[in-house]
Amino acid sequence: MAKQLKPKERMQIPRQKMPEQDPIERTGNFKEVPFGLTEEQALIEAERCLDCPKRPCVGGCPVEVDIPGFIMLIREKDYAAAARKIKETNSLPAVCGRVCPQEEQCEIVCPLHKKYGAVHIGYLERFVADYERENNLVQLPEIAPPTGRKVAIVGSGPAGLTAAGDLIKLGHAVTIFEALHKPGGVLVYGIPEFRLPKSIVQAECDFLADMGVEFQNSTVVGKMDTIDELFEMGYDAIFIGTGAGLPNFMGIPGENLIGIYSSNEYLTRSNLMRAFDFPHHDTPIIHGKNVAVLGGGNTAMDSVRTALRLGAENAYIVYRRSDKEMPARDEEIHHAKEEGVQFHMLTTPIKYIGDSDGRVQAMECIRMELGEPDASGRRRPIPIEGSNYVMEVDLVVVGIGNSSNPLIPKTTPGLECNKWGNIIVNEETMLTSRKAVYAGGDIVTGGATVILAAGAGKIAARAMHRYLMEEVKK
Amino acid sequence: MPKVLDNVQMSDLIWKMEVEVPRVVAKAKAGQFIILRVNEEGERVPMSIGGLDRKNGALTIVYQVVGKTSALMTTLSAGSEISDCVGPLGLPSHVEKWGTACVVGGGIGIAPIYPIAQAYKEAGNKLITIIGSRSKDLLLYEEEHRQVADELYVCTDDGSYGHHGFVSDVLKKILDEGVKIGMVMAIGPVPMMRVVSDLTKQYDVPTWVSLNPLMVDGTGMCGCCRVSVDGTTKFACVDGPDFDGHKVDFDLLTKRMSAYHEQERIAMKRFLTDPGCKIAKEVAEFSYPNEKKNKAKIAH
Repeated sequence: MAKQLKPKERMQIPRQKMPEQDPIERTGNFKEVPFGLTEEQALIEAERCLDCPKRPCVGGCPVEVDIPGFIMLIREKDYAAAARKIKETNSLPAVCGRVCPQEEQCEIVCPLHKKYGAVHIGYLERFVADYERENNLVQLPEIAPPTGRKVAIVGSGPAGLTAAGDLIKLGHAVTIFEALHKPGGVLVYGIPEFRLPKSIVQAECDFLADMGVEFQNSTVVGKMDTIDELFEMGYDAIFIGTGAGLPNFMGIPGENLIGIYSSNEYLTRSNLMRAFDFPHHDTPIIHGKNVAVLGGGNTAMDSVRTALRLGAENAYIVYRRSDKEMPARDEEIHHAKEEGVQFHMLTTPIKYIGDSDGRVQAMECIRMELGEPDASGRRRPIPIEGSNYVMEVDLVVVGIGNSSNPLIPKTTPGLECNKWGNIIVNEETMLTSRKAVYAGGDIVTGGATVILAAGAGKIAARAMHRYLMEEVKK
Repeated sequence: MPKVLDNVQMSDLIWKMEVEVPRVVAKAKAGQFIILRVNEEGERVPMSIGGLDRKNGALTIVYQVVGKTSALMTTLSAGSEISDCVGPLGLPSHVEKWGTACVVGGGIGIAPIYPIAQAYKEAGNKLITIIGSRSKDLLLYEEEHRQVADELYVCTDDGSYGHHGFVSDVLKKILDEGVKIGMVMAIGPVPMMRVVSDLTKQYDVPTWVSLNPLMVDGTGMCGCCRVSVDGTTKFACVDGPDFDGHKVDFDLLTKRMSAYHEQERIAMKRFLTDPGCKIAKEVAEFSYPNEKKNKAKIAH
């Protein structure tokens, strides 16, 4: 590729396509679907960047990654340096390169977006992070001399891992408390292997451990130790990043029949407990023939695609609004359609029908039409009277969102929450109503994205550092 | 990783394991439970707490061989390690001074009701304890209960020891005698907890039961342990495990507990036929509790 292309020439470079596993083949395995760009493709894609002076992509990124900066390093073929450039502001590039909704963040503001298609920033991010890891080029960043301050991070999802990474670099002693037996939070229990291989999450956690972060798994804060007890144990500041861990059900008749899972349970069984590998792993999971997944978000897409891989003959998305309102990423919907998922839009179940063993057999649905926009700005679905019909199902996954888990708010006096149970914070510092207690991620926002949680972890880490250095005397 | 301090066969299919988990033990209260995972491929199993040795940081689990994981647990010797033990989970049992309180334990439920009996007694209650098992050799914790109870009644289904009959028969007799009981707490197999609850409902005696449905995370995140209480769905892991026995939908509980019987069979068979399996051949006779009569013996 020529060194100095004119912008017009760059615009002519074809947008690179990520090679993927064949849709039919991949529904028979749990391997990752997109293979990642080849080096050659990454170099071509990097040439498409206009390196424009306004750098709108940086502003579009919740953690302000120096996107043109790392793309220029790709052009120089210094991929490890490119990865380090991203890591200056984002501790989880291999994860974010895969699961961030770039099309709504950095890529939508790219000047090439409208006419030529944005630079595939996410693909490039993934490429350099994978290159660095697979070639053992990961270097430990410089760590400031110990400050003598101790920080506890509650929850090891994207918010907690990001906060931990930033705070350990600043010289604080950091301990992460995780309720489950493996760190990673939603990255491990929620997002399936075919979208985010668990070895990548493990590598990110290992990297933090190498920097000196202590992981205490199988430790439920609020049960084993409360927030106040953590302070008594000598922690100077605490970050709560426990996620949105309370599944919503619809409260319709028959919802407790066998074969009706929350998406959290279904995905946790398959992802964290590796039930897809039963009986080599002990945890069982129900393999449905006719599987209905309720909801239109990424979690619903992850669930329905898992069902296909577990042998479903018919895998349905049942969503009460139309496809325009579906909150899932386009890429996920596209992948699901390619794999043969059937979409039943403007439909909602109103009751379940079980057999004599208490197993779900069918669900009665009703069709909906869209009315006026509701508080969320989306058009409100209204049931069409008399449109009821019965759908045969032997497995239902309820993926209609999560509420916040009350374990910590209930055991932490003075920690203020809103009416949905989300912890209230100052958005500039992520400080809660309790001194030295910060919070971020889904426990604050309700179900959102990995990168927003990571961004919150970052803001909190900055504020916690200031607090630790200015107000905690050692 | 938590260390196994002791693991002994108490009778037939019932074993007692002690695990060293000082931080869990320091915090655990009567009525709470733990979730353990034996090894990397293992499932997460909720287990009631059958004793807390706060001095040595040891937690006692009394378990019955009902499937692969419990069979695997019998192979662990003192000094070995299990992958995880998380807890204490769930809410502690509600304890107050009612005057006279009664605890009813059936089968391996006799073990977890012991710490609750202690707590009731410490709260100043007169304590009536009723324990029962299928036969004399399956009876647990008799001495422990005798130390704590003001009145101890023992029953066996086959009449080989104590009262010939069910724990509920004894309880009925006591209630018929007009003894005023402020609270009954029952732990045992679902049919036993149901019978006790049905009985006490007739006498209008408040009754707690401790439910042990299937669970995965144990922190309210997945909803696997959904139970219906007074027509409302509750998560046993965070809202329980204790619930008002008069309001529990036991039918639903029984059905939901059988969700994976087929897979459990496959896992058990695979485990027993594995050439590396440390359990002797006798266990091949293993059958599930709800299948005919359980003749299995486990020996090493």
